[in-house]
Amino acid sequence: MSEVIVVTSGKGGVGKTTTSANIGTGLAAMGKRVVLIDTDIGLRNLDVVMGLENRIVYNLVDVVEGKCRIKQALIKDKRHSTLYLMPSAQTKDKSAVNPEQMIKMIEQLRSQFDYVILDCPAGIEQGFKNAIAGADRALVVTTPEVSAIRDADRIIGLLEAGGFSKIDLIINRLRYDMVKRGDMMSASDVIDILAISLIGIVPDDENVVIATNQGEPLVGNGTLAGKAYQNICYRVTGKEIPFLDFERGVSFWTRVSGIFHKN
Amino acid sequence: MGIKNFFIRRKSREIAKDRLKILLISDRVNCSPEMMEMIKTDIAKVISKYMKIDTQSMEIQIAKTDSKGREKTPTLYANIPILDLHKNVN
Repeated sequence: MSEVIVVTSGKGGVGKTTTSANIGTGLAAMGKRVVLIDTDIGLRNLDVVMGLENRIVYNLVDVVEGKCRIKQALIKDKRHSTLYLMPSAQTKDKSAVNPEQMIKMIEQLRSQFDYVILDCPAGIEQGFKNAIAGADRALVVTTPEVSAIRDADRIIGLLEAGGFSKIDLIINRLRYDMVKRGDMMSASDVIDILAISLIGIVPDDENVVIATNQGEPLVGNGTLAGKAYQNICYRVTGKEIPFLDFERGVSFWTRVSGIFHKN
Repeated sequence: MGIKNFFIRRKSREIAKDRLKILLISDRVNCSPEMMEMIKTDIAKVISKYMKIDTQSMEIQIAKTDSKGREKTPTLYANIPILDLHKNVN
């Protein structure tokens, strides 16, 4: 039984693409057959985050327009043999594709993959409508900031109006030191406000930038963000995983950095 | 002064939460702050006919009756301090 997941946020720059790349990679590492689809036509990013930008021949728009078969546009991942990427077109715009075409393409992909993950563009226009059209469930990414939460709320409203019953929240870039100081909303504050179920908390981690520089998702490695993404993947498959105890992680880290500051 | 500020300063986390709560209520019910202000003035006008109220500190807000779930019916809450309950009406 395949599942089609859209990763969306409303606001740009909150980490949709990083989240898509890491969840896709994490699920593939569990042996699932996964295809990542970059639906941001005109501004493609998922290929660079995955480190596959040099292998693109055909793209999403070529598939939709019938210029190539789906198989020809799928790029096999470097590390995981069950992971594929469908890149977006860089030279077209969002109107090159419509929701019906997306649904048709996704239906064909369902038979070949366990998970179809759609990386949604920012905004609530055509690109968003294309991305959510064929999806079964949604992962809404937000950061603990007023603007991102407001947009997330709007997106959740639109998803609910669009008939989505499975909507989960990922809180990205949480800084526990700031939460402790009272200068950032905590995960429970955000959940209180948005009133949807939480599927993951990803701490603000510089390793995310390093991983993007290298074009290698960090899911499953020893970093805090890597662990957080790994847990999200387990929860996506339906496993109940307790939330990471970052509080302890922070106090430990504060202690370590405290030692250095003293010297 | 510095110490006083330290104690008085509200944590930005609380400010963010309060701002969002109000913002999202008006976003969700599609009701602008201007409209809320108009409703408030009108309510004050009506109540003032019967009793003396503190229009300065009255508050109105739209909230969900149940905090869980997003589908609950929004309810209008008015908090109106009464200065004199037995104001003689005409």
